[in-house]
This record gives sequence, C-alpha cells and structure tokens, in this order.
Amino acid sequence: MKSRHKRMVFIVVGLAALAGAVGLIMNALQSNINHFFSPTEVHANAAPTDRSFRLGGLVEVDSVQREDDGLTVHFRVTDNAETVPVTYTGILPDLFREGEGVVAQGKITSDGVFMADEVLAKHDETYMPPEVAEALEKAELAKAEAANGATAVEPAAVQPAAQPQEGI
Amino acid sequence: MIPEIGHYALILALSMAIIQSVLPLIGAQQAKASWIAVARPAAQGQFAFVLVSFGCLTYAFITNDFSVQYAASHSNSQLPIEYRIAAVWGGHEGSLLLWALMLAGWTFAVSILSKNLPDEMVARVIGVLGLVSVGFLLFLLLTSNPFDRLIPAALDGRDLNPLLQDPGLIIHPPMLYMGYVGFSVAFAFAIAALLSGRLDAAWARWSRPWTTAAWCFLTIGIALGSWWAYYELGWGGWWFWDPVENASFMPWLIGTALIHSLAVTEKRGSFKNWTVLLAIIAFSMSLLGTFLVRSGVLTSVHAFATDPARGVYILGFLAVTIGGSLFLYAVRAPSVSKGGEFSMLSRETLLLSNNVLLVVACGTVLLGTLYPLLLDALDMGKISVGPPYFNSVFVPLMMPLLFLIGLAPFVRWKKANLGELARLLRWAFCVALVVALLLPFTMGEWHWMVSLSLLMAMWIIVTAMLGFIRRVKRGNGLKGISMSYYGMQIGHLGMAVFVIGVAMIGGYQTEKDVRMEIGDVTTVGGYTFRFDGVVEQAGPNYQATRGYIQVMKDGKNVMLMHPEKRIYNVQTMPMTEAAIDSGFTRDLYVSLGEPVSGGAWSVRIYHKPFVNWIWGGCALMALGGLFAICDRRYRIASRQRKEAEKRKMATANQGSSGDVTGTAAVAREAKA
Repeated sequence: MKSRHKRMVFIVVGLAALAGAVGLIMNALQSNINHFFSPTEVHANAAPTDRSFRLGGLVEVDSVQREDDGLTVHFRVTDNAETVPVTYTGILPDLFREGEGVVAQGKITSDGVFMADEVLAKHDETYMPPEVAEALEKAELAKAEAANGATAVEPAAVQPAAQPQEGI
Repeated sequence: MIPEIGHYALILALSMAIIQSVLPLIGAQQAKASWIAVARPAAQGQFAFVLVSFGCLTYAFITNDFSVQYAASHSNSQLPIEYRIAAVWGGHEGSLLLWALMLAGWTFAVSILSKNLPDEMVARVIGVLGLVSVGFLLFLLLTSNPFDRLIPAALDGRDLNPLLQDPGLIIHPPMLYMGYVGFSVAFAFAIAALLSGRLDAAWARWSRPWTTAAWCFLTIGIALGSWWAYYELGWGGWWFWDPVENASFMPWLIGTALIHSLAVTEKRGSFKNWTVLLAIIAFSMSLLGTFLVRSGVLTSVHAFATDPARGVYILGFLAVTIGGSLFLYAVRAPSVSKGGEFSMLSRETLLLSNNVLLVVACGTVLLGTLYPLLLDALDMGKISVGPPYFNSVFVPLMMPLLFLIGLAPFVRWKKANLGELARLLRWAFCVALVVALLLPFTMGEWHWMVSLSLLMAMWIIVTAMLGFIRRVKRGNGLKGISMSYYGMQIGHLGMAVFVIGVAMIGGYQTEKDVRMEIGDVTTVGGYTFRFDGVVEQAGPNYQATRGYIQVMKDGKNVMLMHPEKRIYNVQTMPMTEAAIDSGFTRDLYVSLGEPVSGGAWSVRIYHKPFVNWIWGGCALMALGGLFAICDRRYRIASRQRKEAEKRKMATANQGSSGDVTGTAAVAREAKA
C-alpha cells in the first residue's frame, strides 16, 4: 500500500475511534451524572422525580429513627430553611451524626420521601462537604433576605408561614 | 534550631538547583565542557541538601517539636513512632517536600547511573530535571514552607487523621510519588532529545529503563492505595473513581502507552514524535495530578478561588512546563526523520492501537474528573460523575486492548500475514473460549460480562504460554530468552490476573448488612458467622470496641474474627477497622456498623472471591517491569556505544565506519 493511502486509512480509523469514544462518553455522561440539590431546591420542585440525584444538608437533630430490623433508618436532611425526609437501609458511615453534614444519593418518591441508596459523610471532624456548606450558606442568605423583605412590608406574615414547616 | 537548618538547607537546595539547570543547559548548547561537567556534582549537591532538609523535618516529628506549625497540625505525642515518621508526609507541605526529595533522588540516580551516556546528553537531562526542581522548591519556599514556626508552641499536636494511621500509608505515598516523579526523567530525556535534535533509537534505549522503573513504582503505588482503601475505609471497595485516585491513574495510563511506544521507537525507529509527545503528556498528567490533589480545587472550587496562592502557582507552573515543552515540540518535531515503513497488519499498527486506546481511556478519565470542576467554576450547577460513567466508558475501551495483549506478541514487525496468525492462534482462542464459557458455571451462576472478561484473561494466559513454548523451541532452550521477553510476558500475565480478580469480584461478591444479637448466626458465601458480642479495649492512642465473630464452615469452627470500632483520643473520630481473612481464592471481610439496641450490632459481612488477584496482578505487572529493566541489552548497548565513540574519536576520519562496527557488535552480542 502507498504510504499516502496508509496515512488516510490511519486517519479514518483514528477518527472513527474518536467518534466512537465521544459517543460512548456522551451517552455515559447523559445517564450517569448526578446533580446536587439542597432541601430548599427539592421543595421548590427543582429536583428531578424520575432519576437519581444527590441531596445534601445537615442531619436534623433528633430526627434519626431506626426500625426494628436495626438497618432501616429514617432521618431528615435540612438546610435550616427546609427539610426532606430520608429513608436508608444499610450501615451508615462512621461520621454520620445528628447536626452534621451529609450527602445522600437516591431518588425521591411521589410522597416526598427521599429513598437513599448511598449515604456519604465527611472524611474527618473538621471537613464539611463543600456542596453542603454552600447550600447552607445559600439558605441562610435567602432567609436573611426574606426576613429583611418581610420586615419592610409585613413582618407578621412571615412567622406563621415559617412555623408549620418545622413540624414536617 | 534544627527546623531553621532544614529551612536553610531548602534554600541552598534551590540555589543548587538553579546552578544545576542553568549551567549544564547553556554549556550543552554552546559545547562548553567545563559547564557541562557541573551537571553531576550540582545534582548530587541538590540531593544532599534536600535530604538534610527532609531529615530535619523528620527530626521535628520524631522529637515532637510542636513549635513547628506543620508538626503541630499533623502529629501528636501519643502517636506511635512509625506513624510520627509517616506523618511527615501526611499533610500538604510535607508531601511536597517528599516530592522534591524524590525528584532530587531520581536526578541523583541519573547522575550516577549514566556513566555510559554522552556527557552532553546527561547535562541536558540533569538540567531539565533541575528546572523542575527549581519549580517545586520555589513552590515549597514561597507558599508551603513546612518549617514555619508556631509561636507560642502548641502543647501537643492536633494528631494525624486516624484514617492515615495505617501501615499502608507509610509506604503508599512514597511509592506513588516515586512513580509520579519518575516520569520527570522520561520527560527530561524527551526534552533533552528535542533540544539536541538527536531523536533516535539510542535515545529511546536510554530513556526506556527509566520510564519502566517509574511505571513500576506508580503501579505499586496505585495498587497499595487501592488495597489501603479496601481494608481501611471499612466498606470493602477496591476502586472508587474518586478524583484523587483518577489523578494517579491518568499518568499510569499514559505511562503504559509510553513504555509501549518507546519499544517501537527503540526497535524500529518509528513513532519518534509520538513517543516524545507521550513523554511530555505523562509528566503533564503527573503535574496535573499534583495540582488537583494539592491545590484544594477538589474540596471546593470556590475555596480555591478565595485562597488561590498555591493553586495559582501550580497552575502557572503547569502552564509554563506544558506550554514550554509543547512549544519546543512544535518547533523541533517537523525536522525529525521518519522511521521504518510498516503495513496495516504489523506489530507497529497494533502497538499504535494500544496507544490510541490508552490515550482515549485517559481522556475519558480526565473528562470525568474535570467536568464537575468546570461546571462548578462556571456556576452551572453542582454535579458529580460517579463510577457508572467510568465503568460504562472504560470497560468497552479495555476489552479490545486486552485482546491486543494476547495477539500483538505474535505479530511480526513491519508486515504480518493474517492467515499465518490465524493458523497459529486459532487453537489458543478456542481453548480460551471454552474455559471462559465453562468456568463461570463452577461459581454457580453464568454472567456474560464475567465470561467475556475471563475470555480475555484466558486468551492472554494461553497465548503467553504458546509464545513461551515457541521461543524455547526456536532458540536454544530457556537461556535463549531475553529478560525483556520474560518481563513483557509477566507484565501481560499480571494484567490477566488482574482482570480475573475484577471479573470475579464484579460477578460473585456477596455483601450482607445484618443486625446481629449475641448468638445470632448468618451465612455468607458458604461460611456461617456467629456474633459473640463485643469487648471494650484500649489501644495506644485510641479506645476500641472489639467484636468477636466466630466463623464456621461445614459445622466446624474455622476462625475467630475481630472487627473493631475505634475512637481516637485526640480527634475523637470514630474509625471502623474491618477484620479480614485473606485467602488465595477469597477474602472474608467483617466490619462493625453501630450498636443498635440491647447489645445487638449492625454488622457488615462480605465474601469477596479472588479479590487479592487484583493486587497480585498489579504486583506481577510491576515485576514484569523489573525484569524488563534488567535486560542485558541496556548495559551492553551503552557500553558498546561508548566504545564506538572512543573509536570514532581515535579515527576521526573514519567516524561512520566506527558506528557501523558498533551496531554490528551489538547485534553479535545480542545473539550470543
């Protein structure tokens, strides 16, 4: 074969391989990316209902309940503005604690319970998952803004609206 | 006082590195013998100073000198001595100092093991390594000085993260860094060759053992990291596609491509440009890995943006190194002569395919690792790319690669005959196919994925045996086989062993989380586990809850396993210590979850078939590399070359004939 022909063949084969790889990658990325949502975003219906995502925040204090089988755990994840109930079956990581940061991966059911198939906690005492830290900050900011805006217009209206939320 | 000596030694090392890079590089360019002669002593001096500096930091850790900020944040007086030493590289500053030490060590090795290379070439290699040293020493001194004092001194240290208090951590980072940093030698050889314009087969031969050595260390380092994650993190996985893991895996993929491409350049003189480019990319990947792990971008892109000194420095260093070397490549590459011709079916083509597959695989890992960072930096939402992405992209790319491993050693250089290959290998393929189809049934269940992986593994094993037999028959017995042939086959067999481990784990592992009261039994993988309660126990720097689990098989007691839950005194951090019974064909893995109620615990029990084959395979790969380095021809060739050059000088008017005799002598000696 002439060397020019050969080079053409190589280029064509190379491009075909590249196209194949790009196809694989795009396909894999499409179906395997996990987006991160905070409880506030979940309440605003920003999270998908048909596919899995990551939910992060703090484990609400006094919210952890264990079923009799010893493995199924219910707890609530909060960003100090909204909360989402979570159910998980399995052994929780070492650093899972009430009042500490957590990231759970799973799907949300139609009745608003997040069924986690993986629960991740931080690696050491001082470290907070970055997504969680940011979600908390955002919620804090939004709350402060809402409070400011509300005081200016109608201070009393905010409190009752916020009150029932705590009971969920 | 000692820390100040360490700091001062570091500054001296920097000055030495500047001399080591500037004088030899200019000297080599202008053919000044006296400047070229500076290279070796300067490199050795730099190594000595970095070693002193590292020794001083280690001393501060051993003597619990908590007036050193870095020691105060990463050690503690209760910490056992071996972990105090390991804590030296347990944090950012110390691990960078280790990086610098490794780099100086590799340079030192080049300076003493390169007696047979032309001095000018050695000067350039050492000069380029010196430039890299300057970059890292400056980084240490400007942004991450490990000798910074803490005034007033801390009463006690904040302790090493308990996860890192493990024998695996004592050896894992040094091995990994040896590999990372080792690619700087391959890089320096490539840049030296570009600078001198002498990009030939001899260059490939010099650079090959160094590259293989770095690759061996990296292989061992990654395997140790994976093993550590397996037994220390307490959930029994061996690879998580975590960005930190990916950072070490990308240089490995490119390094693997590089050692194969170097083979073509050495044997056939082809792929020269490509090989140089791979050497540059391999080192760039090492630097990128260092950047990802050390700059804090992984923890948070935004934290990185608010305290950018370190990250920006590495990014700048990365840009200068990669940009500079690619620029040099662009200027010099077009003038490089073409190598030998080869046809569509030849060993060259197959090795090229190997390279393409490995580079694409590296690209997919790179994309999966950087994509979330990119989106986050652009404020386009937070995402994570999980293992499913990597698995679904990686596995289809690796299958053809595994097939090529079995095939390529039988294919001739330059041009091969398809019919002849098919006749030669059809039985090997049939044997592999039958074994792969039947073997899964012995495990109880048939999965196509397991079968396919086993087919590839068996194909590699059967063809390696066939190739070996043919060599023995053709040559004069075992003596006729070169070390590098052994090396290649051992490395490839290691890959097969690794694939078997991965396939078996993927198909047949059993994981069970159960709630167990005292006396409860559960059966996993043919073994029965009985929970006999827990006992409180004190360790050197932790309190442990020690579980008693009796393992039985066929009604007989086999062993007692002791998983632990530890609370470390200083950081009050809980840690799960899994109990693992390692075996040739399976591991039993037990870890304690948490106390649930009335003396009951949640317990995690795993049966992991063939899991040790994963790391065993890696060890075999590294062993193969070691065999390849030991091949006689590297030493003979360089000696011959030196002699040829001497002769050349003696009979200056017949220079070219001297070269010819040299090559003929190599060929003669190789045959003998």
